[in-house]
Amino acid sequence: MRRISRRQSMAMIGPAIVSATVPALAQSAAAPIKIGFGMALTGGLAGGGKAALLTYQIWQEEVNARGGILGRKVELVYYDDQSSPATVPGIYSKLLDVDKVDLIVSGYATVPTAAAMPVVMQRKKLFVSLFALAVNEQFNYPRYFQMQANGPDAKHEFSRGFLEVAASLDPKPQTIALAGTDAEFPHIALEGTRDNLKKYGFKIVYDKTYPPSTIDFIPIMRAIKASNPDLILICSYPPDSSGMIRAAHEVGVTARLFGGGLVGLQFAALKAQLGPLLNNIVCFDYYVPEPTLKFPKIEEFLVRYRAKAVAAGVDPLGLYIPPYAFAEMQVLEQAITAVGSTDDDKLAQHLHKTTFKTVVGDIKFADNGEWAESGMMLVQYQNIAGNDVEQFKQAGKQVIVYPKQFASGAIKSPFDTVKR
Amino acid sequence: MDITWDLFVNALLSGLLLGGFYAATAVGITIAFGMLDIANIAHPAFMMLGAFLAYYFNTWLGVDPLIVTLVVMPFAFLLGRCVYKLYYQAFERRSDESLQGLAFFFGVLFIVEVGLLLVFGVDYRFVTAPYIGPSIGMGPISVPMRMVVPLLVGVGLVISVQVFLSRTFMGRAILAVAQDREALRLVGVDPIWIKEIAFGIALATAVAAGALLIIIQPVEPSVGRDFIGRVFAICVLGGMTSLGGTVLASAIVGVAESFTSTFAGPSWAPAVSFGLLIITLAIRPSGIFGR
Repeated sequence: MRRISRRQSMAMIGPAIVSATVPALAQSAAAPIKIGFGMALTGGLAGGGKAALLTYQIWQEEVNARGGILGRKVELVYYDDQSSPATVPGIYSKLLDVDKVDLIVSGYATVPTAAAMPVVMQRKKLFVSLFALAVNEQFNYPRYFQMQANGPDAKHEFSRGFLEVAASLDPKPQTIALAGTDAEFPHIALEGTRDNLKKYGFKIVYDKTYPPSTIDFIPIMRAIKASNPDLILICSYPPDSSGMIRAAHEVGVTARLFGGGLVGLQFAALKAQLGPLLNNIVCFDYYVPEPTLKFPKIEEFLVRYRAKAVAAGVDPLGLYIPPYAFAEMQVLEQAITAVGSTDDDKLAQHLHKTTFKTVVGDIKFADNGEWAESGMMLVQYQNIAGNDVEQFKQAGKQVIVYPKQFASGAIKSPFDTVKR
Repeated sequence: MDITWDLFVNALLSGLLLGGFYAATAVGITIAFGMLDIANIAHPAFMMLGAFLAYYFNTWLGVDPLIVTLVVMPFAFLLGRCVYKLYYQAFERRSDESLQGLAFFFGVLFIVEVGLLLVFGVDYRFVTAPYIGPSIGMGPISVPMRMVVPLLVGVGLVISVQVFLSRTFMGRAILAVAQDREALRLVGVDPIWIKEIAFGIALATAVAAGALLIIIQPVEPSVGRDFIGRVFAICVLGGMTSLGGTVLASAIVGVAESFTSTFAGPSWAPAVSFGLLIITLAIRPSGIFGR
């Protein structure tokens, strides 16, 4: 029997090995870039969470239609965090350990983002958050980035516009009432407000928080009214924003300025629900269709988003979270493309030193991961008639009163209630 | 803050109005948990079902939420009977009602909640009615109509159930099954059938309470979870089987929350109302009107 030489056996085995591994190599080269996140698809934050998810999916479709990033399709891996921080650590552990995602981003809002930070920091992951207020102030994590135009001093920026406008009123107001939900965002925002008040000199005559499960806001509004404040600043989430505004009208509250940090007024559902009850209320916002504020590509994006929003059962206006959620993904896409990989450290370094072009304009990050410049505005609802949501697509309904470079109208004071 | 007379009276009235709503939410639990020993954790989910049915017909046909409630309650009664039949066949018949039954109702809660999410989405929904918005003012005292209507309907609901329980054969049979199921069987009444009817009534009241909730505030499908603790606390505080106790407990909790919110700070409100529960049970473990 003729013996097979070592050279001959390698010649036979070698091609077999190569032909077995080529498909595997080819497959790993085409493996999708998996981006994982928890998102509020149920619970109090779901109105924003589902709009964010739809936006991510729109971006995913568009990116994949262009061939993906670095030749790899993008795959979104997500779980419902139920607007509850308790679910978040488990979700991110699963994303990293079981789903083996390449990158992670936060869910919507401060509470779930803060809950994810320990896992994120332990794993040294890049973490881009969406509308989370000053989460990194305590952590100082170098790979954290925030997609909300709060500026580098987010905690204090939230109330700055309200207090600046209040200070410009003549005669100058003297007293202020503060109220907010017992949750992360209102706590941080009110803390910043108290710091800011040292500069503006308004005397605090009411300063209390309430549980998120509060049903009846009448006693709270009565107590605020009894303290007779010139200004009323509220930091709240959507259900209580609605409750506080209704209660204010029912109790007959008046103030030189009312509003401030009412999350929820930016969503179509609450705008439609409250309608004329919103008149003369001031609130923070990041984009409104006023002629003084123009982002180059935002209208195109809104057309694409609105085409899908109604069918998806999410915010049909899409003025608040969707543009920034899309910008978040644009930033990631540009960073991955520039760096050539999904390496968290390289991406973080790139994000720190680069200015990104997005649908909400140019974005540059400060050292703490917040935006280098604030894009937060104070808008006042004016001339709202009826409950038709379409009116909010027009200029003149959400008038920008701060900062001056974007101001599109004068402040109207006082806030007075609709007597019925 | 100075405690003024009108602030005090307004806080008291707000508390009583809130208590009226709590009574409407808790009457079903008093029947299901207090009388039938069924820990129906899904009770708030059925409240949400009632709220969204009220929203749907109010938005689609412009029907007042209270009218929707009247129409929908008989169907909710039938649904309650079906749910109980399933619960009995699966758990109670085999004496597995304690832990497995609890898990069953958790499952029902999530199924109802997710079903509402899939149909209605996640946005907050609200209803419109002539009494939502205006307030009744008497000098310095004012009460919003959207709280007065749930009080009146809630009290009417409790009175109706109480009259049914005390004046009809079926109602007395329900009270009897709460006391001694076997004794009821001895007098020729099927206790399982009676429990089925009672559970149907409990579910019908849950659906009605949901319609009252969406009159008070906008809702989304998971809002019901905020009420699980409260409704069971009110049932226990009231004495488990006593509807009068439920009403009094609801008023106590409502007034306590209102006074605390007004004078001490809203953050303390849940602690005060649950604190009252603990104190009451420490002094009188059977509850206010419990035997």
